[in-house]
Amino acid sequence: MELVEKVGTIQEEHLKSFEEKIERGDAIEPRDHMPESYRKHLMRQMSQHAHSEVIGMQPEGNWITRAPSLRAKQILLAKIQDEGGHGLYLYSAAETLGITRTEMIEQLHSGKAKYSNIFNYPALTWADIGAIGWLVDGAAIVNQVSLQRTSYGPYSRAMVRICKEESFHQRQGYEIMANMMKGTKDQQAMAQDAMNRWWWPSLMMFGPHDSESPHTGDAFKWKIKRASNDELRQKFIDKTVQQAEVIGLTIPDADLKWNEAKNCYDHGAINWEEFHRVIAGNGPCNKQRMAHHKKVHAEGAWVREAAEAYRLKKGQ
Amino acid sequence: MTEQQALYKYCLRLGDNALIQSYRLSEWCSNAPILEEDLALTNFALDMTGRAQALLSYAGKLDGNNKTDDDLAYKRGERDFYNLLITEQPNGGFAHTIARLLYTSTFEYFFYTELLHSADATLAAIAAKTIKEIKYHKAHATDWVLRLGDGTEESHYRMQQGIDSLWMFTGEMFETGEADALLRDKNIAVDLGAVKSKWQASIAAVLAEATLALPKDEYMQTGSLQGVHTEYLGHILTEMQYLQRAYPEAIW
Ligand SMILES: [Fe+2]
Ligand SMILES: [Fe+2]
Ligand SMILES: [Fe+2]
Repeated sequence: MELVEKVGTIQEEHLKSFEEKIERGDAIEPRDHMPESYRKHLMRQMSQHAHSEVIGMQPEGNWITRAPSLRAKQILLAKIQDEGGHGLYLYSAAETLGITRTEMIEQLHSGKAKYSNIFNYPALTWADIGAIGWLVDGAAIVNQVSLQRTSYGPYSRAMVRICKEESFHQRQGYEIMANMMKGTKDQQAMAQDAMNRWWWPSLMMFGPHDSESPHTGDAFKWKIKRASNDELRQKFIDKTVQQAEVIGLTIPDADLKWNEAKNCYDHGAINWEEFHRVIAGNGPCNKQRMAHHKKVHAEGAWVREAAEAYRLKKGQ
Repeated sequence: MTEQQALYKYCLRLGDNALIQSYRLSEWCSNAPILEEDLALTNFALDMTGRAQALLSYAGKLDGNNKTDDDLAYKRGERDFYNLLITEQPNGGFAHTIARLLYTSTFEYFFYTELLHSADATLAAIAAKTIKEIKYHKAHATDWVLRLGDGTEESHYRMQQGIDSLWMFTGEMFETGEADALLRDKNIAVDLGAVKSKWQASIAAVLAEATLALPKDEYMQTGSLQGVHTEYLGHILTEMQYLQRAYPEAIW
């Protein structure tokens, strides 16, 4: 009994020092004590973020061989490499929580770990490469800028580094759209079509309305999450609507209008039925994305085994 | 053939080698056995696209018809491409791609080291930029050949298969035509005979260290110097040139 009491007291002290750190706004570092649910929450969020970077390479990779100019091909190749690099960086950051990349990939394959829903939509035309950079990376930046102040040190530092590159991606995507809108009728139609298909899924990237979203309480209390879904979504809409207008694209939302009193845009209803359906696995590309990742991983097993065998043989 | 025409063709061959190999390597995006390798192979593709751009821009200036690098990449037909047949072969498995990268990067390493001394200042400058990248490609390919050759029984078998099946396309790397002869006289082109002996010695050494057998010299397939390719090139161009062909008025 005595020992149990002692352990209990130590745990209470640890929790108290953790909460004080959070209160002061200090970063939590890998060696610091943290409640198990804090660790679990971060593991889930950071591995999901890493998987998103990697799965996101698939829709964009779909256009590398068809990029319409040497310059466009170079920009796209570099962009996708950045995303893969973000994946690597986030996997390492998540590993500081006591999970390996191999375990995270197993969780992805078993369905325990998720990736961003947006990558379950297909990249159908070249304009989609513009729309993904501009809207998808644009939405990701809004979220990631706020995560620069997240309480877990390795995650926050990862966000600072990643945000710099994401804003390049966003500008490059916008440039593709702007060029197409200055181009032929076919190009303009292609750009507007991409806009129509990517706008709503981009808004869904911020997750359910604040009134509906689970997990929010702890995430806010622990300063993992620094702004609400609706706040972030609003920020994205307000900056993007103007960008669309400048190049002559129409936002596919008849209810979108400026709200003078609130000093921001009001938007129409989001199709939450679609959101939940795609998250549940019934989007246009869910099966394709996962099947591809699993197939490539399985096909590469002999290479990883050989590298390991060689390493052991050479005593490296 | 004038010197200018010879130089035009020489640049097209080098540019096409970079362009078509970059196409094949970029197909590895989201397909490599580990994420690090995905990034490495597509990064080489990026290097090669840059090299293709430099060489095709230069070719466009020599042609005298104000063609751009993109005109030459996206609006030429398959009989006017001069890339080596090895560059257009399908990726196959990872060992197959690594075997190709060993052959080509070793060739390019000795080739561009010579081209640094070209009497043509533009080619020498392109060589100076690209040689740093090629060194890295060669080191990477060599590293994997050693690991796979001397890794597991399975990887040894696959690596040997890749080495053997691409061997018949290596003879072409040292083939010379009218343009080479003309440009050799002006100290513009590289002496491929000298490159060949260095290449052979280097490949033999790497394969020996990797416990792999050096293939025997048998039939060597050629044709690309005359723009005669394997069936694969047409499919590459169909995909690569699709937007430029479908929307000729568009600027991207
Ligand atoms: Fe990213
Ligand atoms: Fe991201
Ligand atoms: Fe990005």
